[in-house]
Amino acid sequence: MSDLNVRYVAELARLQLTEEEIEKYQSQLGQILDHMEKLQEVDVSGIQATAHANPVYDVMREDAVEPDRRLSQEEALSNAPQRSHDQFRVTKIVE
Amino acid sequence: MDPCKLTISQLRTAYKAGELTPKDAVQSLAAAIEAKDGDLGGYLSHDLDSALAEAETADPSLPLGGVPIAIKDLINVKGQPCSCASKILAGKYTSPYDATVITRLREAGAIPFGRTNMDEFAMGSSNENSGIQPAKNPWDPTRIPGGSSGGSALVVAADTAIAALGSDTGGSIRQPASHCGCVGLKPTYGRVSRYGLVAFASSLDQIGPITKTVKDSALLLRAIAGHDRFDSTSVNQEVPNYLSGLTGDVKGLKIGLPKEYFAEGLDAGVRQAVEKAIAQLEAAGAETVEISLPHTEYALAVYYIIAPAEASANLARFDGVRYGHRAENPTDLLDHYRRSREEGFGDEVKRRIILGTYVLSSGYHDAYYVQAQKVRTRIREDFTEAFKKVDVIASPVCPTPAFKIGDRSDDPLQMYLADIYTLAANLSGVCGISVPCGLVNTEGTPLPVGLQLLGKAFGEGDILRAAHAYEQAVNWRDLIY
Repeated sequence: MSDLNVRYVAELARLQLTEEEIEKYQSQLGQILDHMEKLQEVDVSGIQATAHANPVYDVMREDAVEPDRRLSQEEALSNAPQRSHDQFRVTKIVE
Repeated sequence: MDPCKLTISQLRTAYKAGELTPKDAVQSLAAAIEAKDGDLGGYLSHDLDSALAEAETADPSLPLGGVPIAIKDLINVKGQPCSCASKILAGKYTSPYDATVITRLREAGAIPFGRTNMDEFAMGSSNENSGIQPAKNPWDPTRIPGGSSGGSALVVAADTAIAALGSDTGGSIRQPASHCGCVGLKPTYGRVSRYGLVAFASSLDQIGPITKTVKDSALLLRAIAGHDRFDSTSVNQEVPNYLSGLTGDVKGLKIGLPKEYFAEGLDAGVRQAVEKAIAQLEAAGAETVEISLPHTEYALAVYYIIAPAEASANLARFDGVRYGHRAENPTDLLDHYRRSREEGFGDEVKRRIILGTYVLSSGYHDAYYVQAQKVRTRIREDFTEAFKKVDVIASPVCPTPAFKIGDRSDDPLQMYLADIYTLAANLSGVCGISVPCGLVNTEGTPLPVGLQLLGKAFGEGDILRAAHAYEQAVNWRDLIY
């Protein structure tokens, strides 16, 4: 089942791996995926998937400002790698 | 009196008797960190000034009044760094808010003091994946302290902390507690709010205490547990007074022994220590029955699909835009993302992002991720069935005592096997505790091992009661195998 292509998956994950990393992960993850093959032997017909260990559904809250978890603009920007004009400065995305 | 050696309860007694002040405790811990932690690597940072300021105004009449608590470096404490032991955040991030567990600790009077080392983003079982500094086991510094909450466990064991908070996604509280000789508790999924915890695998993560005694574990859990409207997965259910259940009595308690957890691969010394501990509980009046958790052999595969899948999504937020490392002079946005993440993340984190992205990718999602979620349902059913027959399930925490630093670092699958007895509790959501049950002579060195007691969902009272009764009945440091 597994035909992992680490180079392609790294593109999806936005990771610029080195050639050495690609080679290493290809072999290590191949072994790990082989181990995972054993899941195919479990009979899961009619079984629901578990997404959460203790399912809690449809938790609603008021659509209102929560004063006790509001960050000021300065707090929100305090960890920005680059900022200008009270905003996050980002790499250009339009020509 | 050296405050560092005290438990939470003892420290509170000393405060009330006027023998010590919170300031004494903070200053003594700072001195102990200075003297011992350079070699052990348990702390990534500590802010003495802010802790002393809080100690000045501490109110010892509160349940944790003036008690310093060390915090794993992935829980946000306002004004403190929160690096997750990753280069992507170290030196580049200061928390702008308190996690809910920190708010609750403060309400109970505690003083968050010190940021503990860990595997990067909690991914690991040995603390060898810390992107900042190595961490060592105080019982033998050539060995791992366990992980991922290795720092939290080792500082409690080394008396450079009174108690600590950790987080447990697949065993990350219980396993290092076992390796260091502390008490580590993973609460039921939904018992403790994760608001302000940096997310690793959101359907598995729980915050919990690492302490010197079971009583301290109950005290700390009581302070942090409970519903939080900021975490929609937290459950609105009353928090019992766990302390009142610590009677030392286990008469009539039904303990299940899962045959799959005592099979091959279990170290002979660990088996002996755990079997002796179970016999001790029997002698105190508990009943034991053999049970079966038939899907145990699949837990590792299920976990290492679901946890990396969720991690790959959670770690997408580290894009070098709002916080964290940003690569220099990116040529375009893709280059910005790719190089920022490549430069910031360590080896194991990248390995799991690749694995998680793969099992979620088009064409593989159903075969891996959905299949794993369905087998997860089978594992949950195993526990539901078992808890119809028993109150508590007893097992080892880890198949071996702490291994040597470097021994498994080239073989991820071998490393992942360290978690085989702890993973299922996270997959099924039940609670679990690790309590020290003796020392196993390993190549001439006595190393602590833990007894794991699993309880049904919201059954923390049961496992605390059993662990406490065991702890009171023996002196585990004298039990050498």
